[in-house]
Amino acid sequence: MKIDASKPLEYSTEENSNKIFGFWVFLGAEIPLFATLFTVYFVMVDRFASGPSGAEIFEIGPVLISTFLLLTSSFTIGLAVHAMRLGYKKAMMFFMGITLLMGLGFIGIEIEEFLTYVHEGATLQTSGFLSSLFVLLGTHGAHVSFGFLWGVVIMIQLWRQGITPANANKTFIFSLFWHFLDVVWIFIFSFVYLKGLM
Amino acid sequence: MDLEKFKVHGEPLIYGAMISIALATIGILVGLTYFKKWGYLWREWLTTVDHKKIGIMYILAALLMLFRGGVDALMMRLQTAAPEMKFLDAQHYNEVFTTHGLIMILFMAMPFIIGLMNVIIPLQIGARDVAFPRLNAVSFWLFFMGAMLLNISFVVGGSPDAGWSAYFPLASIEFSPTVGNNYYSLALQISGIGTLITGVNFIVTILKMRAPGMTLMKMPMFTWSVLITNIIIVFAFPVLTVALALMMFDRLFGSQFFTMANGGMDMLWANLFWVWGHPEVYIVILPAFGIYSEIIATFSKKNLYGYKSMVFSMVIISLLSFLVWAHHFYTMGQGVMVNSFFSITTMAIAVPTGVKIFNWLFTLRKGRITFTTPMLYTLAFIPIFTIGGVTGVMLAMASADYQYHNTMFLVAHFHYVLIPGAVFAVIAGFHYWFPKVFGFRLNERLGKHAFWWIIISFNVTFFPMFFLGLMGMTRRMYTYSEETGFGPLNMLSFVGALGLAIGFVILVYNIYWSTRYMPRDTTGDPWDARTLEWATPSPIPAYNFAIVPKVKSLDPFWESKQKNVPLYEDKITKIHLPNNTGKPFILGVIFFFLGFFLVFSMWIPAVVAGIGVLIMLGAMSFDRDEGFYVSAKEVEATEKKLRGETV
Repeated sequence: MKIDASKPLEYSTEENSNKIFGFWVFLGAEIPLFATLFTVYFVMVDRFASGPSGAEIFEIGPVLISTFLLLTSSFTIGLAVHAMRLGYKKAMMFFMGITLLMGLGFIGIEIEEFLTYVHEGATLQTSGFLSSLFVLLGTHGAHVSFGFLWGVVIMIQLWRQGITPANANKTFIFSLFWHFLDVVWIFIFSFVYLKGLM
Repeated sequence: MDLEKFKVHGEPLIYGAMISIALATIGILVGLTYFKKWGYLWREWLTTVDHKKIGIMYILAALLMLFRGGVDALMMRLQTAAPEMKFLDAQHYNEVFTTHGLIMILFMAMPFIIGLMNVIIPLQIGARDVAFPRLNAVSFWLFFMGAMLLNISFVVGGSPDAGWSAYFPLASIEFSPTVGNNYYSLALQISGIGTLITGVNFIVTILKMRAPGMTLMKMPMFTWSVLITNIIIVFAFPVLTVALALMMFDRLFGSQFFTMANGGMDMLWANLFWVWGHPEVYIVILPAFGIYSEIIATFSKKNLYGYKSMVFSMVIISLLSFLVWAHHFYTMGQGVMVNSFFSITTMAIAVPTGVKIFNWLFTLRKGRITFTTPMLYTLAFIPIFTIGGVTGVMLAMASADYQYHNTMFLVAHFHYVLIPGAVFAVIAGFHYWFPKVFGFRLNERLGKHAFWWIIISFNVTFFPMFFLGLMGMTRRMYTYSEETGFGPLNMLSFVGALGLAIGFVILVYNIYWSTRYMPRDTTGDPWDARTLEWATPSPIPAYNFAIVPKVKSLDPFWESKQKNVPLYEDKITKIHLPNNTGKPFILGVIFFFLGFFLVFSMWIPAVVAGIGVLIMLGAMSFDRDEGFYVSAKEVEATEKKLRGETV
């Protein structure tokens, strides 16, 4: 393994830089995935049959909190990567921990939101609109949950081995994933919630 | 638990299949134990991360699936060979044409092509492996387990029966209450994830791992075609992922995406399916174009005519492939404007394809042509594929399409495109690259026998279908009355199908015969070929290239042979290789069970399997593979041995 000291740690070997490029390509595949889900949602948005419409069930309060949590966590994961480049393991782990906790908060609010909908009689089975809503939000939520588990696994490795080229690489790729989820959420916030509430 | 739903009843053929599957499984298990091959199988194959071995496994799986799909085809042709046949009942016929389509496209053509990609691409670009060898193993095992999941549907619970396009509402739980279409959504999902990972892997491999000096415009045409194909995979497969997930939600959890009530929309499925489905056609055909380009250049002893226009036409085809999907359902109620738009984009595809056909013809012009088996398939491809293309333009005209939509004319058309466009190509590629992988050629005489059987029988089988379609015979009808007059042509088609079967038997026999009797090749370059893969010894050592080659032109190996310029400038040094790992295989097995439990709505085992998947992913993250080194001395010894020199 040749280490190129002129590059940041996460890019330092050929394998590492290939992994980062590969992950960008993977995110390239995530874009059509979410684009398709959004398209399905836009097709279905007015097909609420005898069930409730978006305006009837959406509540802005919890959505604002979860938006705040996720956007802030994107900032803290940036701080974690910055700490990593400076070689501060403790600060890095601290910011990653904060990021994951905010992710957990986000997931909690989403589960609470889903339970409220179901309680009001708005379930996956009720209408085309609700099916597409649950699957769009659920896919994003599943990504965040998966990201949470992934982040925990990376933190254990960081804690045990410190900031090695391999761990730096994993953290950096994880941060790309986390930012991507943030971007998707901005679309969900604007085109699902804000538009639905108008 | 209700055991009834696992059973498939009533058909002696299915009982026969159950018994033969059981016997074959026992035979394999006993054989492996008797010959003490379990350790060998685990060490050399199940845990391998070597791109060549993974490629070989893909191709073996594809040949197996070719047999399965071929038997399906023979059953269909037999059932329709004469009016009022009683060989299959309607339900069984539905299952057979559905699995024939699924298996031939997704589990035969694609893995065959991905197998060839795996073996050849790293060699053609002068690399030691793909970018992510372990991920490559994950891809293979996900594909393989998906294929197996679909295959057991025949004897456990019932096969999908709503056609390979599984249109809603027919494929909904209401009209297809068996677990068949659950298998469809899960088996395709699992293997589809594998394909997506392959796509990412090969894009990175081709863009980042080329030998020094190989600029994009010096890449061999097969590499170009594979790059473009994988870009299509990365953009098209996520759409399938979503479509299958929605299908699964509809069937397992009662959501309302494609239903007829509660705001569902059945046409949404047709759109999503073909947004993936049409690019999928080019995913199997573009690499075939690449294979033909290599073979034509090699056996004409000329460089490819119009290299740049070849590349650009592939790029244009890949863009257009995303803009034509609605031509699969002109008659399903969209307006005139929509149909006109898709009519024009569809016909436009004929232009870049025509450019490619002419480029191949001009490459042949004044070439010193040798008629080897791979070359024969290539030469047969050009006129047959052109017939397929021209009938495709006929179908592309929306107003005319109303006349022969969903008739046997369509069936004839897409077999005229896919069989020369994909099947002949993989067979040609198989014959062409076989000596590279195994160190000996396939027998030419047997190869040509198989060729003539296949080429003639292909036309006998499918040409009558054009007329059957124009006479009004719709596709997917399991029987017909004598008054329709469809009988004689269908009988002719059945005879052709038998001929095709004989051709494939000869082809397989050729592999057996050649393994035993063909002389071994020590040059590594039996065809006097042009690209880098032929610069390695055959069979290829684990590290591919002892020294990474320096590329200065297109067809660098040919250049180095002609002008006597050295390909290698450095000295042999120690080579770093990755370790084998069993985790991708185990992950695949867990995915298989996850899929199986979901098919039968067994929630608790499914959750356990789902957690198993997460644990395996975590375990793979903790892996630290430092790999190992092959010493320079060892490399030199291997090179000498493979070149036939005494050590």
